[in-house]
Amino acid sequence: MPLFGKPRYSAIKVKKVQIPTGRWMKCTNCREIIDARAFHSAYKTCPKCKFHYKMSARERVDLLLDEGSLDEMDSEMLPQDPLGFVDSKKYTDRHKQGRAKSKLNEAILTGMGSVAERPVGFGAMDFSYIGGSMGSVVGEKVTRLVERCLDQRCVLIIVTASGGARMMESTYSLMQMAKTSGALSRLHKEGLAYIAVLCNPTTGGVTASFASLGDIIIAEPGALIGFAGPRVIEQTIRQELPEGFQRSEFLLEHGMIDMIVPRKELREKLQELVTFFSE
Amino acid sequence: MAGTALDFERPLIELEKKIEALKKSSESSGIDLSSQIVTLQRQLDSQRLKLYSKLTPWQRVQLARHPRRPYMLDLVRLITRSFTELHGDRLFGDDKAIVGGFAVIDEVKVMLVGHQKGRDTKENIMRNFGCPHPEGYRKALRLMKMAEKFKLPVISLIDTPGAYPGIGAEERGQARAIALNLREMMQLRTPMIIVITGEGCSGGALGVGIGDIVAMFQNAYYSVISPEGCAAILWKDAGKMELAAKALKLTANDLAEHKLIDDIIPEPIGGAHTNHAEMGTILKERLLSYLEKLKRIALDELLEKRYKKFRAMGVFTEPAPEEKRVPSPREEEAVPHLPEVSPLETKR
Ligand SMILES: [Zn+2]
Repeated sequence: MPLFGKPRYSAIKVKKVQIPTGRWMKCTNCREIIDARAFHSAYKTCPKCKFHYKMSARERVDLLLDEGSLDEMDSEMLPQDPLGFVDSKKYTDRHKQGRAKSKLNEAILTGMGSVAERPVGFGAMDFSYIGGSMGSVVGEKVTRLVERCLDQRCVLIIVTASGGARMMESTYSLMQMAKTSGALSRLHKEGLAYIAVLCNPTTGGVTASFASLGDIIIAEPGALIGFAGPRVIEQTIRQELPEGFQRSEFLLEHGMIDMIVPRKELREKLQELVTFFSE
Repeated sequence: MAGTALDFERPLIELEKKIEALKKSSESSGIDLSSQIVTLQRQLDSQRLKLYSKLTPWQRVQLARHPRRPYMLDLVRLITRSFTELHGDRLFGDDKAIVGGFAVIDEVKVMLVGHQKGRDTKENIMRNFGCPHPEGYRKALRLMKMAEKFKLPVISLIDTPGAYPGIGAEERGQARAIALNLREMMQLRTPMIIVITGEGCSGGALGVGIGDIVAMFQNAYYSVISPEGCAAILWKDAGKMELAAKALKLTANDLAEHKLIDDIIPEPIGGAHTNHAEMGTILKERLLSYLEKLKRIALDELLEKRYKKFRAMGVFTEPAPEEKRVPSPREEEAVPHLPEVSPLETKR
């Protein structure tokens, strides 16, 4: 699946009818009309305002790993409904939608691959699968990926995009925070490197577990990163949040991340780091 | 008492009042009303037993939040011979929503940490309603590491509506503070006992919740989100909390059944708030038996068991190696993945 070469037709609803479909699209951030080809060749960033749009997990693979190097793990692991969750919508229907949107069987893709020809364990979350939420499958896949890195003594890279824990698995999903952090405690003890790449948005239980445990924490520009969601905070403190609150730049300023790397430079930055950490 | 009573407690309280009134009038008038009193007392006992043997999840949540429920420091007074509170995270401040310090239970020296709620408005403001900031988690971690250094078992008592969602908390790294605790607690080389005594809500609870034994008070709850929060998201109506409480399977019984906790600590009939002293006695006896049990396990083995316990939590399926594989959805239909943009992601 070539991702960045070919122009793609815009799914963004353009209100003005006179704009020819396919060639042009409207940036929802700066409201400018932009060239769809320029948008895609800039890795789904707006050529005008540089806003970083969401990427799928598979697009992350193409963006960051050596071509064709991915050996996907646990791609057929499927979620269950351990609590028989009663919901406004059936949990199984939520999965169906997630599958259709993300082209994945769950909210994270994991596998072994290489970066700059050095082996890495690689995980990429996909926000289009139930908001990238972490249930049992995400927790187990992350844990197995960490264990594989321990076994092969290689660098771990996880690209996050998640609304947090998955409510429909309740305490099971809460325990995935413990499980993934536990696995990372072993990686940490063994002196192996973990690079976390935080993308828009990364909040809740994912931020409060594996996303925040990287030895190196990178964020994409303008990403919303935090423990509590902005709406929850606003409701709690009953005041408007300052401009730029919980964005990557704010986190860098407050010492919570190591660097902000624009998407077009991300591959190169990872190559540099992985090379540094490999023999 | 009536002022703080829950709706479902009211019929019992009415009966209690009637009995009291009969006793008083019997005393003052000298008329023997003992048979009536006995009848009412029996009625009260059987009603109470009936009510508390089949509490709904939402009723348990209400008991867990009962304004007269014993809090951390009440329990500490009841179970310890001495308690020396230690303050501060040595980084920013002293979070009063998390309390910790050295304690002696019978003859056993331990490190105690836990959430503290307030009894009245003034206290609640000081304790921030039991909602910690990053300083709280960092103080807890500092004390737990000190416990490791001095070879003291850790006892963590959990009772929080959640980690505080505020500007300062985010600025100072709430998420990182909790995440680091999870990682470090998994490797702490000392026995760790966790007891959820009231509210065990979300990452704010788990942030001091990794242990060798995780026990819950009978009427405590443990959940990824509050019932109100869940209802607001799923049904767009916080009023549907009864439904959400049921769906979340947040009671001690549910969680024990799913092996997400190790033990249930019984409460006095009517809930922990009806008899603090009895609750303290039960808790102390359990803690001593946990301490005794964990003491016998070598540290390496203890850590391995701790890891494996959390490692095993999760339910999923995967095809056996020889089975035909499920086609991945992207093979089923090759629709190009288009950027999904909503105004939400760009502006708040
Ligand atoms: Zn733009």
